[in-house]
Amino acid sequence: MKEIINNIQEKFKISEVTEQRENQYFISVEKKDTIQLVTYLKDIEKFTNFILLTAVDWIEKGQFQLTYMLNHPSKKLDIGVRTFIERENATMDSAHHLWEHVATFQRELKEMFGIDFPGSPRVDEPFLLEGWDNIPPMRRDFDTKKYSEETYFPRPGRSTNDPAEHMKKKLYPNE
Amino acid sequence: MKIVYVLLGLFIIINYGLLQAGVLRRITARVGKRIGVPFYQPYIDLIKNYAIRSQFSHGVMFYLGPVFRLSGGVGIFLFMPLIFGNEIFSNYSMAGDLILIMYFMFIGMLGMALGAGEGGHPYSIIGITRGLSQFTTVEVPFTLAVISIAIQYQTLSITEIVAAQQGGIMHWTLMTNPLATGAAMLSFLGMMMYAPFNVVNAPQENPLGPPTEFHGTFLGMLQTNRVILGVMEAILFMNLFFGGATNWGILFIKAFLIYFYPVFVGAVFPRYRIDQSIRWFLYLPTALGILAIIFI
Amino acid sequence: MAEEKNYKIIQPDNSEENKFLKPENYKREVTAPDGNTFIVDPLNDYFCDAKPQPHAPNTIKVVEKFLNWARSQSIWVLGFGTGCGSIEIYPLMTPRFDAYRFGVQQRPTPRQSNLMIISGYLSVKTLKRAIRSYEQMQSPKFVMALGSCTINGGMYWDSYNTINRLDHYMPVDVYVAGCMPRPEALLAGFMELKKRIREGKGEGANQYAENFDWYKANQKKIIKDWNMPDYNW
Ligand code: SF4
Repeated sequence: MKEIINNIQEKFKISEVTEQRENQYFISVEKKDTIQLVTYLKDIEKFTNFILLTAVDWIEKGQFQLTYMLNHPSKKLDIGVRTFIERENATMDSAHHLWEHVATFQRELKEMFGIDFPGSPRVDEPFLLEGWDNIPPMRRDFDTKKYSEETYFPRPGRSTNDPAEHMKKKLYPNE
Repeated sequence: MKIVYVLLGLFIIINYGLLQAGVLRRITARVGKRIGVPFYQPYIDLIKNYAIRSQFSHGVMFYLGPVFRLSGGVGIFLFMPLIFGNEIFSNYSMAGDLILIMYFMFIGMLGMALGAGEGGHPYSIIGITRGLSQFTTVEVPFTLAVISIAIQYQTLSITEIVAAQQGGIMHWTLMTNPLATGAAMLSFLGMMMYAPFNVVNAPQENPLGPPTEFHGTFLGMLQTNRVILGVMEAILFMNLFFGGATNWGILFIKAFLIYFYPVFVGAVFPRYRIDQSIRWFLYLPTALGILAIIFI
Repeated sequence: MAEEKNYKIIQPDNSEENKFLKPENYKREVTAPDGNTFIVDPLNDYFCDAKPQPHAPNTIKVVEKFLNWARSQSIWVLGFGTGCGSIEIYPLMTPRFDAYRFGVQQRPTPRQSNLMIISGYLSVKTLKRAIRSYEQMQSPKFVMALGSCTINGGMYWDSYNTINRLDHYMPVDVYVAGCMPRPEALLAGFMELKKRIREGKGEGANQYAENFDWYKANQKKIIKDWNMPDYNW
């Protein structure tokens, strides 16, 4: 694994390398290098199994973080490629030409986060949310509780307890 | 006067068939270590289906499909002698013969095909295609067997065939012409559509086969027909191969045993795909049927 | 087959109603072989859109009682599974629980079934299919809802995509509480349902037909791309 990381570092500008486990690393690159790096990992280093593509909303920084997880089937290695993209008008290059099923992940990201992947097949078709006309629900500025209360006729009489408070009251009633 | 007796016979047959269906379902449930439905469940299902309040139709053929199917079942009943030597329960058997009965067996299927086709559900069309192709191959060994016994007894009238078999078990076609009996009994498995050959209806699965769109009264008619048809086919085989019956008791016992045999096979064997079942019918049963004609 | 197009699609106006209309449901102008042109509106022309009618019970009390008894003894369940609960329905038919004893049988098509079991949370996408299946069932029909998700939203109560209360979208006969209710609880639910049917309270289909506008408004509020006629019998 070390060797592979060194190889990558020679060829690409890696800003950060995190060792999660012996056989699992995360590396961060710039947006413009990402697809190149993924292609390199697939074709040269033989990380041929694409596991997932996911996004995290860093609303404070105004950025989305994308993670491409790849897996090396015979050596049992995992590598995650991280990159940051702008939150405003988020677009990313599509990787569906490498693995077909990437298109499905991209379709989901388009729907849930509003990240566009121009050229990806069927990216504009609804995936789970048919006829959604609000901001994409996985963005952190979308208030799902408020939306649910406004839309879905909540049944009155529901009470919730904060677990920490509740246990405190239960276990140490005198404090 | 005849018509009253015929209706009485039909009434007995329907009740017998319903009870038998319930008992057999219980038996199959026992094979699967379940308790199973109450034995009167087919009655309740029938009542409930006739009592469904809303109906809709897909068109004229959709109405006529179950009617055709039911007329197939009742048609077989009308021309079948139930009890040998009994004027009351021999129905109109003097007016029709084996060929007519075989024709009635097929017309129900055809009517169903038209009705299910008009229903427009893709699954019913798949089901009816499977049904027709399987039934065509089922008919091949059965027809060969029928030709064989027609040559043997020099007649096509069922009453005369039964008459020729009287006088003890050694006179039954089962003994005098075992090859034809074998071929016909194997094709009987396909006619009753129990397990190895029930991919047509595919019960308990998403594609329900031909009756997918039928509901309420339509379904009730189909169920009634299924009951009549099942019993009548068993009685047909009883008349042709097992010496007929001289009273109701013998008829019930023989029909039950004959009917029980595909159920028993079905409880044990897994299901064939449609191409496999077609191939199966065209191998062993057809070969037996041809041999039956050669060595008559 | 290279087919010459004999129709022209009419673009719908940009009103709120047409926002989610699918292209296959656009109105189109068709030219018949004899040269006449006419307009086809798939939503209205290809489907029957008659509203559901309430069906009065049999006026003779004894008959109706008998029929209700028959209905309660022969419950055909539509095999439609949503959420976590569909996995709890299959054991019902196994030797251990054996729901056949009570006349409960499974049926794969909505046309022939009487009981729809909503087995857990319903996302909006599934709700659309569930309503469609429900409307295709023939009256009298019953609905049984499993789990807290159908009662008040359960653990998905604040989700953006799952409904909170099923009874706003279709009339529910029996709720079975739990997360997820075990098959024993489901059997108890069946008993309760039978009691209701025998008492003549299982009139959900009529309730749906009578309050059709209210139900439809609720449904349409969350299912924005309806793309179907209002009622699908
Ligand atoms: S009530 Fe619980 S088990 Fe049932 S669907 Fe909801 S979360 Fe799943």
